[in-house]
Amino acid sequence: MEALFDIPVLGFILQFAAYLVQIITSGHIAPIILGLATPIALGALCGVMNERSGVVNIGIEGMMLFSAYIGFMTALLVHEAYPMETGSVFGATPALLAGVATAIAAGVLISLLHAWLSVTVRADQIISGTIINITALGLTSYLNRLIKPFGSAGTFQSLHPPAALVNLPGVGWVFEMFLSVGPIAMSVIVFIIVSQVLLFRSRWGLRTRAVGEHPKAADTVGINVIRLRYQNVLLGGVFAGLAGAYLTLEATGSFQNGMTAGRGFIALAAMIFGRWTPLGAFGGALLFMGSQALGVAIRLAPPPGDLGTFLSGIQHAYPSLYNNFFGGLPYLITIVVLAGVVGRSVAPAADGRPYEKESAT
Amino acid sequence: MARLRSYAGLVVVPALSILLALLVASFLIILSALVGPEGKFNLALPLVAYWSLLEGALGSLRGIANMIVAATPLVLTGLAVGVGLKAGLFNIGATGQVLLGGFAAALVGERLAGAPPLIAIGGAVVAGILAGALAGFIPGFLKAFTGAHEVVTTIMLNALIQLIISGSVNDVFRAAGPTFARTASVGAAELTGLGETTLHLGVLLAFACVPFSYWLLWRTTLGFEIRAVGANPTAARYAGMSPRRMIMLTMSLCGAFAGMAGAIEILRLGYYPAVFGTSIGFDGITVALLGQAHPIGILFSGLLLGAMRAGAPLMQIEAHVPVEIIDVIQGVILIFLTAEVVVRRVFRLKAARVEAGELQTITRTYGEKVA
Repeated sequence: MEALFDIPVLGFILQFAAYLVQIITSGHIAPIILGLATPIALGALCGVMNERSGVVNIGIEGMMLFSAYIGFMTALLVHEAYPMETGSVFGATPALLAGVATAIAAGVLISLLHAWLSVTVRADQIISGTIINITALGLTSYLNRLIKPFGSAGTFQSLHPPAALVNLPGVGWVFEMFLSVGPIAMSVIVFIIVSQVLLFRSRWGLRTRAVGEHPKAADTVGINVIRLRYQNVLLGGVFAGLAGAYLTLEATGSFQNGMTAGRGFIALAAMIFGRWTPLGAFGGALLFMGSQALGVAIRLAPPPGDLGTFLSGIQHAYPSLYNNFFGGLPYLITIVVLAGVVGRSVAPAADGRPYEKESAT
Repeated sequence: MARLRSYAGLVVVPALSILLALLVASFLIILSALVGPEGKFNLALPLVAYWSLLEGALGSLRGIANMIVAATPLVLTGLAVGVGLKAGLFNIGATGQVLLGGFAAALVGERLAGAPPLIAIGGAVVAGILAGALAGFIPGFLKAFTGAHEVVTTIMLNALIQLIISGSVNDVFRAAGPTFARTASVGAAELTGLGETTLHLGVLLAFACVPFSYWLLWRTTLGFEIRAVGANPTAARYAGMSPRRMIMLTMSLCGAFAGMAGAIEILRLGYYPAVFGTSIGFDGITVALLGQAHPIGILFSGLLLGAMRAGAPLMQIEAHVPVEIIDVIQGVILIFLTAEVVVRRVFRLKAARVEAGELQTITRTYGEKVA
């Protein structure tokens, strides 16, 4: 094996692949990847709910941002009114739970606006989504300046799974990845599996897909297209709201203007990459954000040999570009994946087309 | 007469949307007084705020000049979005195109710092236009040949371009003297104020783009093809036009407008700072939608938004309303504009004739390949 590493180019690639496997299975990086992928996966789930029923949602970014702000402010206000000790389970306090609840409510509220604009008003859905993004950014920046939040309600804490489980040879890192994280990140896999099953195995799922592919046919057999689209867009708002709550109440414990930083759009790309399925979108989210975790991994444990010398050489000569490269990798991969996948990955047939019931004359 | 009436229709809904948005925003302004340091309930505050906004923009010659200078890049980014809409493209990547254009202008301006001013400015602006066009061409190419939707790719490019530029300013192009990371001064290429005002040469350049794009869209074959592809790509293809070529060309043209805006902003500043954020890219979306994607409409909505941006600082001083209220007003204007039915119901207007609106074509190409 070691001999292969000496071959030029191929050896370099093998060395890198071996390094990747090593850092992912070492256990410390895997939970970071899941954490970074959490808002992307939840956002993508929002996208799947919308687009499977035929509504394009570009506004996930704005929904996340607004929810992140509302959740954070609620938690802060409750925390100031009733200061409490950090809870024993996940560090949960009434303040944090109230924050999550209002974040979800905020996500649903904004998605109601999107549903109304794109289903009832039949406006252009991409413009509707963009407007949501612009308004959410403006409104949160305004309120954030006005109220100037001071302090923090803290964050949910990660679970510490038993050492015996984490140290299992071969699979220990999988347990660490899914258990050594906070409650929202941990819940993602549950939401993904449940919605995957429901979408393809339940009556609601069949109806959703029917409305997304051929609303007229669905209408003919008695499915209320408009109501189902509203339901699904609002359900999507729940996931976008949870993604926002994750950003302020689990990942950082603070709010910054525009802190979603394009995550809603990366989520859309993950959804397309995953061919509009929850499981596929989750895979896309892990892949996209894994690239960002790579930067962290290299800092924590630099790769050995030529590769390490090469990387540290670049880091030394161009520190800022080096950091920004890893920060920008998810954006770059999003573009590359979109360019490579669209056309081969087919959107629901009625995606983005408003439905107008023909008058029964 | 019918034509005149249709023009009136183009103006009425945007104007009423603005009115409704100001009304909605006044609730937020009242809220700002409640949670502010004085904690008072002040019903008149919106009027005070809007009055100082108006006064800041139009109350003096200096204010008017500031308004025109603020409107200059907005008209350009408005065109960068609006011309794209005519071709059925939604270019929300003006931000990235502005940054790349500005960066190129800064680098070329730095080299030409000792040249005669007109040559230095000309060279730097052309560099900005070309760089912006490149930043527009990339998503255009990706859409034409792979179907990747421009709304996602341009947003990703915005972030990437910002990271790459700030990294290179820190690591490669950092000027030796200043205490913070920035490029060297552009010297002779700097756009300085004419006389006592802040007005500069770039103003002329930017406003000349309005009649230029009108001429391009309605008086040339190229413009006809752009509009034809936007209205119906399939029909355009059967008529012998190439939607792919048009998409790449239009996106490059959009990028060129945004690149010029970036060049003007950076040459006004005189250097490119490593930390550089600007709202003119996203403001362009508002300007284009409010101006109904028409060059004349874009000119007026650009001036309106420029007035808000120029007047906002005085409003913050006199009425203690944060300048970010402008961003809220923009968003609410757009919501009302999109939900035209609400505006029509509130003001009891008749419904518009049902027609295939030009803005209705963006979502159609989502997730599909250009055949």
